[in-house]
Amino acid sequence: MNIVVCVKQVPDTATERKLKSSDSTLDREAVDGLMNELDEYAVEEALRIKEAHGGEVTILTMGPSTAADTIRKALSMGADKAVHLSDDALHGSDSLQTSFAIQQVLGRTGFDLVILGSESTDARTGVLAAMLAERLGVSQVTLANKVEIDGSTIRIQRQTDYGFDRVEASLPAVVSVVEKINEPRYPSFKGIMAAKKKPVDAPSLADLGIDAAQVGLAGSATTVVDFAEAPPRAKGQIVTDEGDGGSKIADFLASKKFV
Amino acid sequence: MIDFTLTAEQETLRRTVAEFAREVVAPVIGDLYERGEFPYEIVAGMGKMGLFGLPFPETVGGMGGDYFTLCLALEELARVDSSVSITLEAGVSLGAMPIFRFGTEEQQRTWLPPLMSGERLAAFGLTEAGGGSDVPGGMRTTATLDGDHWVINGSKSFITNSGTDITAFVTVTALTGEQEISTIIVPNGTPGFTVGKKYSKVGWSASDTRELAFDDVRVPVSNLVGPRGRGYAQFLRILDEGRIAIAALSVGLAQGCVDECLRYVKERAAFGQAIGTYQAIQFKVADMEVRAHTARVAYYAAAAKMLAGADFKKEAAIAKLVASNAAMDNARDATQIFGGYGFMNEYPVGRFYRDAKILEIGEGTSEVQRMIIARHLGLR
Ligand SMILES: Cc1cc2nc3c(=O)[nH]c(=O)nc-3n(C[C@H](O)[C@H](O)[C@H](O)COP(=O)(O)OP(=O)(O)OC[C@H]3O[C@@H](n4cnc5c(N)ncnc54)[C@H](O)[C@@H]3O)c2cc1C
Ligand SMILES: Cc1cc2nc3c(=O)[nH]c(=O)nc-3n(C[C@H](O)[C@H](O)[C@H](O)COP(=O)(O)OP(=O)(O)OC[C@H]3O[C@@H](n4cnc5c(N)ncnc54)[C@H](O)[C@@H]3O)c2cc1C
Repeated sequence: MNIVVCVKQVPDTATERKLKSSDSTLDREAVDGLMNELDEYAVEEALRIKEAHGGEVTILTMGPSTAADTIRKALSMGADKAVHLSDDALHGSDSLQTSFAIQQVLGRTGFDLVILGSESTDARTGVLAAMLAERLGVSQVTLANKVEIDGSTIRIQRQTDYGFDRVEASLPAVVSVVEKINEPRYPSFKGIMAAKKKPVDAPSLADLGIDAAQVGLAGSATTVVDFAEAPPRAKGQIVTDEGDGGSKIADFLASKKFV
Repeated sequence: MIDFTLTAEQETLRRTVAEFAREVVAPVIGDLYERGEFPYEIVAGMGKMGLFGLPFPETVGGMGGDYFTLCLALEELARVDSSVSITLEAGVSLGAMPIFRFGTEEQQRTWLPPLMSGERLAAFGLTEAGGGSDVPGGMRTTATLDGDHWVINGSKSFITNSGTDITAFVTVTALTGEQEISTIIVPNGTPGFTVGKKYSKVGWSASDTRELAFDDVRVPVSNLVGPRGRGYAQFLRILDEGRIAIAALSVGLAQGCVDECLRYVKERAAFGQAIGTYQAIQFKVADMEVRAHTARVAYYAAAAKMLAGADFKKEAAIAKLVASNAAMDNARDATQIFGGYGFMNEYPVGRFYRDAKILEIGEGTSEVQRMIIARHLGLR
């Protein structure tokens, strides 16, 4: 089976993240990047499917040259090869364009199954899987906490607020995963050494038939017009217990419509 | 010529181990430590990552890395916890290394694979009640030939990893004649070989340390490691390398103290300001960083000489001395910076404080390191 996993390098959520005032995009150079956490689960799931059913796992990322770290990590975990789409013209691409660019890469790699995280920790639009399936004209089975492959059928459990839905589709398909799905492995040293020799394809926009004007800030359908820092948290209200602490707290909660 | 830049692979490994330490070790180690329980699951996880096979070639089931790369892993682990780090250090450099360096092909085939994967551990029994610094002077354990068996009698003290559920064997040094020391493999479970109960220790509480007793223990002659009478030279080599590893572990502890303090001094306020704004605190933290850094440079330099095949004894002794001092000093300062909370077991610095002292004692005391350094300077 030809499995492609889309991974995104995101800023470390433990560090302070900033948008650039010049063009309202994320300042990706200013912070340490790492693999979007849910994408580790996506890679793990791909490796498990490969271990059970055979095939090949390809990592696909669109991002600046520093995203090579994230690719190396995915290859160290055991993926077979990678495609790194990197071009200054892609900077500022919104979801529509990102899904378009990824679609073009998938045209080059081919696929039976595309696996994504259900959401990134930076932009968090959570729409990429859906957009990609739509563009590719294949089934989308999203928010999976369990995946089973049976011949050319894929069955998943979709995580919901009330439990889960069982969803079935035929391959090829696009799947997005949630963190309940598995426990991602840590790369072994052997894996780290092996990653060094694994092929990373770096196609240009021209190779993919993408016109630079179609992507990036200029070609985006959406624009971040303005942004502001989150206001500092307001001072809390301290309730001193003078025998009536309980009812004071109840009043407070009622005034905020919590009770 | 001077280049301490890590390769991309070493950097990836370092980061992976740091992540493992943060995500897998940190959340559970406080409890295990408090209860004095061996961290079996963590060991299994380290095994899966290949850490126990790091410095060994793939021909014996290892990972094809080198000893320095192992040190990077030890440092990152000790940054979070020393019991876990020493379990790996002893497993590799005291458990597997003697068999790898001095064992026959047959012994390597038999004993190494489960050690490389971390499924089993092995220990090295050198120290005896009579003395650890003067090993030949303190040695009472004997091994005598009886047909095609060695018969071992005696005891060993403070032996790391010797009594876990997954310990496969202990390599013991014993007198096999007048002034003649040899090294022999004794599998756990051999009749007459008793593993004592765990010591109650000041630190390293989640690591396994035991007293061992040998009462007419019979093992086949084929369990002799290397030529008879080579025991002394063998353990000197093992200890020289081990010192670089203990230095790395010490640097981890010293750096862990800096990590903890950096976080704490920004949060903790006294007299209306974060304590990190006071110069007295800033200087303390700066000194701690200096110690961790210089100690790291010292062990990198020793490892570089070792990997280049040069004589590295003096550099290893310097690294161990400097790094264990750094760990001890940083643990003391970190505990001070944490105030009363530093004396509580629930904060890592309290654990660091308890774990630091042994670093100036194990695998050669600080006095022994100075003896080695002085000898290299021609003083006798
Ligand atoms: C603060 C901020 C706000 C933004 N707001 C918007 C907005 O309102 N509308 C908009 O269209 N765009 C927006 N963007 C742009 C957005 O970053 C990109 O369009 C991005 O490609 C969509 O990603 P996402 O992370 O939201 O995708 P999600 O759908 O949240 O990501 C799901 C999965 O898609 C995959 N994936 C995502 N990006 C990549 C990639 N580059 N390479 C490979 N796989 C990937 C991963 O598997 C990921 O887990 C914003 C960006 C930032 C930083
Ligand atoms: C937790 C733990 C784990 C250990 N694990 C192992 C293990 O796995 N395998 C193993 O074989 N051993 C192990 N040891 C033993 C350790 O290596 C010894 O304790 C150490 O070498 C010191 O030996 P000793 O305790 O006999 O002290 P001694 O040798 O009795 O030393 C006592 C003091 O005298 C000083 N001293 C000795 N000679 C001189 C001199 N000539 N000049 C100046 N001062 C001197 C020493 O520096 C020390 O301060 C472990 C110990 C501990 C506590």
